[in-house]
Amino acid sequence: MAAKKLNIKDKYRLLTRDLDWDFSYEDRKQAFPYEEFEGIKITDWNKWEDPFRLTMDSYWKYQAEKEKKLYAIFDAFSQNNGHLNVVDSRYVNALKLFLTGVSPLEYQAYQGFAHVGRQFGGVGARVACQMQSLDELRHVQTQIHAMSHYNKFFDGFQEFSHMHDRVWYLSVPRSFFCDARSAGPFEFMVAIGFSFEYVLTNLLFVPFMSGAAHNGDMATVTFGFSAQSDEARHMTLGLEVIKFLLEQHEDNVPIVQKWIDKWFWRGTRLLTIVAMMMDYMLPNKVMSWKEAWEVYFEEAGGALFKDLARYGIRMPKYAETIEKEKEHISHQAWWTFYTHGHAAGFHTWIPSDKELDWLSAQYPDTFDKYYRPLWELAKEQEAKGERFYTSGLPQLCQTCQIPMLFTEMDNPNQNSMRDSVFEDERYHFCSDGCKDIFDEEPEKYVQSWLPVHQIFQGNCGGPGVEDVLSDYYKMNVGVDNMDIKGSPDEKRWNEWKGIA
Amino acid sequence: MPVYALNPGYKGERMDRVENFHGNQLVYVGWDEHRMFCAAKAFPLPPSMPFAAVIENIMPEAFGQHPEFSQINWETAEWLLDGEPFKPQLEASLEAQGVGHKSMVRFKTPELQGYQNAGV
Repeated sequence: MAAKKLNIKDKYRLLTRDLDWDFSYEDRKQAFPYEEFEGIKITDWNKWEDPFRLTMDSYWKYQAEKEKKLYAIFDAFSQNNGHLNVVDSRYVNALKLFLTGVSPLEYQAYQGFAHVGRQFGGVGARVACQMQSLDELRHVQTQIHAMSHYNKFFDGFQEFSHMHDRVWYLSVPRSFFCDARSAGPFEFMVAIGFSFEYVLTNLLFVPFMSGAAHNGDMATVTFGFSAQSDEARHMTLGLEVIKFLLEQHEDNVPIVQKWIDKWFWRGTRLLTIVAMMMDYMLPNKVMSWKEAWEVYFEEAGGALFKDLARYGIRMPKYAETIEKEKEHISHQAWWTFYTHGHAAGFHTWIPSDKELDWLSAQYPDTFDKYYRPLWELAKEQEAKGERFYTSGLPQLCQTCQIPMLFTEMDNPNQNSMRDSVFEDERYHFCSDGCKDIFDEEPEKYVQSWLPVHQIFQGNCGGPGVEDVLSDYYKMNVGVDNMDIKGSPDEKRWNEWKGIA
Repeated sequence: MPVYALNPGYKGERMDRVENFHGNQLVYVGWDEHRMFCAAKAFPLPPSMPFAAVIENIMPEAFGQHPEFSQINWETAEWLLDGEPFKPQLEASLEAQGVGHKSMVRFKTPELQGYQNAGV
């Protein structure tokens, strides 16, 4: 008798839930050793509702079709010298930031989801996380391939993976994911699956992908479209995790709230680089960071937290601080990179007069008062032939690892500084949010690998900063870094375009 | 709880113990309401360094690029050490006046409001 073809429902059951088995002679707790130490109580894994119904065979088929289309477009982009269609050479620096700061996070997400996809006791959650882990691996690959074309024509792309592990500002995204991956599996899911993929993801991908579309970068736009349907699946998984944890046991509610508070704060700190990219690095602007925050967090996130109120979940702590900071952080971050342009792996510049006016219009309450004077000073210095590169190395926050560049919202002229003493040693923080995170688990954050301190300890080569940049970070000093004015990138661009 | 860990009694490695700095200690210095410098700066300094040497050698290195730097009156500057009001003793060492490893030294210059009086 010929084998009957399985119907969709049976196939789904056999290829997902039916992959589980009972433990008859081994201790189940030993098979899933990570499941209890965080204090989360799971009473019944069967209550897990699969956020998307996809079997592995249809997953392969579907993804393979997307890959075929994507790589056909990459080939065409490359054959037609697609890099010449971007608006100008400044734009490409946003891609350098993406490749060094964001793409390696996709790889870390792949590792993190593969880990929890093994460690959860429930098979439905395991299968969903395993599929997301494959998506993340695909994303890092397609991003690298999308940008490899730019690597042939622009500086600063060549050592992205090495740089991610070492460069001072890249310790910010890197440590964000290291924090999540070294937490337990449930915290990882609230951190990455929910807080990042669900609540904040639109603030990362929409700016970069719309930024690409507005600035003539077809390769990145195409990658973005190819990832979009995966991202939609990731968001449903993030939401299912939250609902499941909150419905399993009331004792889970305060733990989940604490993680939401923590990861919302860490996530918004991480998004500071996106804020700066939108307001300063895109020659053709999409919208201001302030507007993006209002649309994607205050409106969309506000509605989400209204829905979660029935579980006893409230808005993340310090949301009102972030609401004020949306007027400031992009300016503070770009000033930091501009003044550290000698130590960045991409080029920086003074905004054009037209851009300064755009910033004034977008930020009527803060830009002219606090930030335009910075650029006037920078212009004055540049005119004197003393383009301002700051001396020395900045103080870093022990938690987010960002230089302590944020200011007090009741006095935006003054940097915000907090500290804690733990076992006779002092630790410094950029904010109450970062201090709270440390105070909750100091034993974790005493291990922060702070690039400035590591340089002073002699662990990054040296002795001079230039040696650290060239030998330890593998930057081409004088080529990858410094102002865009006079850079090889700019020079080549002008030759291609016939600009005198 | 100091950490949520799989194994009870988990201890993290302290990455920035003073012993790791080859005889120096880390000191942070910040000039309040002068945002030309995006953040306070970090320096590895010998604990025996007199405060006068901080003013003579470290401050110019940290903040000498500012157009107002030469106008600073160190006599009227107001100081904070780890958040508390502080009067530096110029001849005494850092160690002797409580400037320890990873201490934060901030100063305010009441007569200087920054470039364009904008806190820059």
